[in-house]
Amino acid sequence: MKTAVLPKGGLRRELALTLRVLSRNPSALGGAVIIGFMALMALTSGLLAPFDPITISLGDRLLAPGGVHLFGTDEMGRDILSRVMYGARISLRVGVMVVLFAGVLGSIIGAVAGYFGGRIDNLIMRTMDIILSFPSLVLAMALAAAMGPSLTNAVMAVAFVMIPKFARMVRGEALAVKELPFIAAARVSGAKDFWIIFHHLLPNCVNSVIVLATLVMGESILVAAALSFIGLGAQPPTPEWGAMIAVGRKYLMDQWWYATFPGLFILVTVIGFNILGDALRDVLDPRIRR
Amino acid sequence: MAGLTQDLLRIEDLSAEFRTYQGVAKVLNQVSLSLRPGEILGLVGESGCGKSVTARSILRLIPEPPFKITGGRILFRGRDVLKLPSGELRRLRGNSISMIFQEPMSSLNPVFTVGNQMMEVVNLHQRVGRTRAREICLEMLHQVRLPDADRILGKYPHELSGGMRQRVMIAMELSCRPDLLIADEPTTALDVTIQGQILTILAELTRRKGVSVLFITHDMSVIAQLCDRVAVMYAGMVVEIAGVRDLFAAPLHPYTRGLISSITGLEEETDHLEHIPGVVPSLIDPPGGCRFHPRCDQELDPCPRLAPRLIPVEPGHYLACHLYPG
Amino acid sequence: MSLTPVIEVSGLKKYFPAAAGWGRSAGLLKAVDGVSLRINQGETLGLVGESGSGKSTVGNLILRLVEPDQGRVLFKGRDLTFLKGPPLRQVRRKLQMVFQDPQSSLDPRMTIRKIVGYPLELNRLARGREALQRVIGILDEVGLGEEHLYRYPHEFSGGQRQRIGIARSLVTGPEFIVFDEPTSALDVSVQAQILNLILDLQKSHGYTYLFISHDLPVVRHVSHRVAVMYLGTLVETAPKKVLFAGPYHPYTQALMASAPKPDPLKRRNLAVITGDAPSSVNVPPGCRFHPRCPRARPVCSQEPPPDLKVGPEHTVRCHLYA
Repeated sequence: MKTAVLPKGGLRRELALTLRVLSRNPSALGGAVIIGFMALMALTSGLLAPFDPITISLGDRLLAPGGVHLFGTDEMGRDILSRVMYGARISLRVGVMVVLFAGVLGSIIGAVAGYFGGRIDNLIMRTMDIILSFPSLVLAMALAAAMGPSLTNAVMAVAFVMIPKFARMVRGEALAVKELPFIAAARVSGAKDFWIIFHHLLPNCVNSVIVLATLVMGESILVAAALSFIGLGAQPPTPEWGAMIAVGRKYLMDQWWYATFPGLFILVTVIGFNILGDALRDVLDPRIRR
Repeated sequence: MAGLTQDLLRIEDLSAEFRTYQGVAKVLNQVSLSLRPGEILGLVGESGCGKSVTARSILRLIPEPPFKITGGRILFRGRDVLKLPSGELRRLRGNSISMIFQEPMSSLNPVFTVGNQMMEVVNLHQRVGRTRAREICLEMLHQVRLPDADRILGKYPHELSGGMRQRVMIAMELSCRPDLLIADEPTTALDVTIQGQILTILAELTRRKGVSVLFITHDMSVIAQLCDRVAVMYAGMVVEIAGVRDLFAAPLHPYTRGLISSITGLEEETDHLEHIPGVVPSLIDPPGGCRFHPRCDQELDPCPRLAPRLIPVEPGHYLACHLYPG
Repeated sequence: MSLTPVIEVSGLKKYFPAAAGWGRSAGLLKAVDGVSLRINQGETLGLVGESGSGKSTVGNLILRLVEPDQGRVLFKGRDLTFLKGPPLRQVRRKLQMVFQDPQSSLDPRMTIRKIVGYPLELNRLARGREALQRVIGILDEVGLGEEHLYRYPHEFSGGQRQRIGIARSLVTGPEFIVFDEPTSALDVSVQAQILNLILDLQKSHGYTYLFISHDLPVVRHVSHRVAVMYLGTLVETAPKKVLFAGPYHPYTQALMASAPKPDPLKRRNLAVITGDAPSSVNVPPGCRFHPRCPRARPVCSQEPPPDLKVGPEHTVRCHLYA
């Protein structure tokens, strides 16, 4: 029998306990450090970036890493380090927006499907299945292409593709939670179905949603970068990591630094999210939290 | 305690703790008890008293990182189980010491048929051909009064009811003629009519085969029906040990008295039930001295400071309480 | 105690489709198969049965947590069976339930204040300060204090959680409460506390109770009348003293005989019935109990037994007394 998750007395204490447990988990710490670093970079890029990411300086084209340009320069003479730093801001923003949009919408859809069951469940989940049957990148590409290439559209496309993940997961949780007696108690007290979904069901799915959100954030950054790479996402001169790799590809043989640094940052960021997500899953598992 | 050489199982001052995120829970505090050959000892207490932990410690079934035995000995036939090398411990399990649990599904593999699993157990202990092994299995099922034994061998565990699964477990665990059977709340999850059958089978088979039983339960009525002697636990300590008749006729420890009057009250036409006020204490921060003192209506001066030791107050009757200094 | 039936249930049936694993359907699980009973104002009807008897489903049917396939539920003469929407919610204030498992019957993410208070707000019975006062009042009645208001369920013991569950059921001012195995998940010493509380509340407020349990001594303590269920039907109903003094139905007799008594001097053979209860999917023909009945006769496997009155308020469904 599933027992409901036990929080430790209010949000603040729950947070404190989570942090305490996380701090003992080396991989969680690693993931948190990576993401913290990226977030810091994103937030302070305006202040700390040595150069403006957009200003062209044709005299400094394609300089190797060293001296004033730690990561070298691109074909327009722009400092790659500064561009990478600003790129962090873009990527993290993409991640957060996708997760917010897909997470909220997907969770509600999943909760409704799981709670009502029957035909509604069928209809919703079969729709989700259809979306899931496309490889996420391919579907995102199709959507982004249809909407027109821009970063905003890329975000929407990726969010759409991620909705079924949340829906499926929350539906599973809803199926278990709705059998618990406190849901029956709510009905006996006269609560309407949607009240129960929002006040009882969804709050009890929060832990799993957080874990999934962390993992999806990594994945969406990757997909958005891929979209930008093929020209469907961020447009030049936006310093998005994927877009930078797209251009840097041409120069890969002689100017390795151009594509390598943005690529490295994508890699590290996504790894960071995945590690943190996995650790969070272990930490938020109700059986371990006791 | 008397009869050192006679005890089959002897737990001496067993203490253990459990690491949790909220701190260290001192789940066992100097637990001592003994079991003689051929007797049924009941280990009774409410949730959190440590009875299950004690039982599982005998076979070292609790994973040691969060759990840690901090002191004491568990002597089985004179040898300290806690010091046995893992190979010998494994030989003990299922051979000399068997165990049945509350939920038999956890011991039966859902992807193999019952017959399959029973024959596997038989073959572990005796090398016999398939036909003979099947015969032995049928005989085992017959002993636990399962009708249609032939059909049952072909079924999967989830196709059987809880009562039937428990009987299969009993048959399997007794098939190798262990010296000691540990039964951890085997009937708690069963209906009362099925429980009646299981208890009868258990009593009959263990007597017939000379198996000693350590029977763990929270149900005093079952204790009254089945056991020869009883050990009562509270919050990780043993508070009283006595023969079953003595215990019910004249319980000495205030907790035992409270426990017994809570249920006997139901048998009579009383208006208001006796109850023990308060709640079971946290084991992370247990009360000092005697762990029961905050709820005890006969608290004395030494109770909050000094934990009472388990001492014999009458022949065969042991008590851990300051009310009865030895 | 007047003689107006607060609850009247007739011919209640609920069949569930039975899954047979791998998505195949294997017939119908006849959880409740024709149950009729009556509970009078201020009385406690104990509903006893083992697992699979359908007793919990009866409670759920009365409270419309589950829709009946057949039959009627009447509350003070008013037919509840087909009510929906606002009129159903109106009536829900008067009919409440206390659940078995204290741990999962409270939302772990809500404070006690919210758990006990939201029925008031949902039903627009009170808000803000007034609601808070009422919550404090109810908590006091069940033995909890103001200091408990903003804590979470996991900070309480099982017994305390059950008190919270009881408080929640009382806050809308009900007249009828279903207790579905309220003490089965509690320790014995706590069980006594809760049973005392339940009885005290009935004395001071005149509630009418349906007390569902498998535990005979507990039912005996709290009930005025007792109904015994087996495999979806009622086999015997009688005033408590009469039933426990001399049960008529062989199943009731077996139930009482298999219950161990807390007295080592009164040991006896507890294996009174053989075999297991059949599943409610394969209900035996005729009298459902006949395959396990020590006194079965040929007619028992052919015809379902009639309901027979064997005493004032005492009915038995058995061929032995025809």
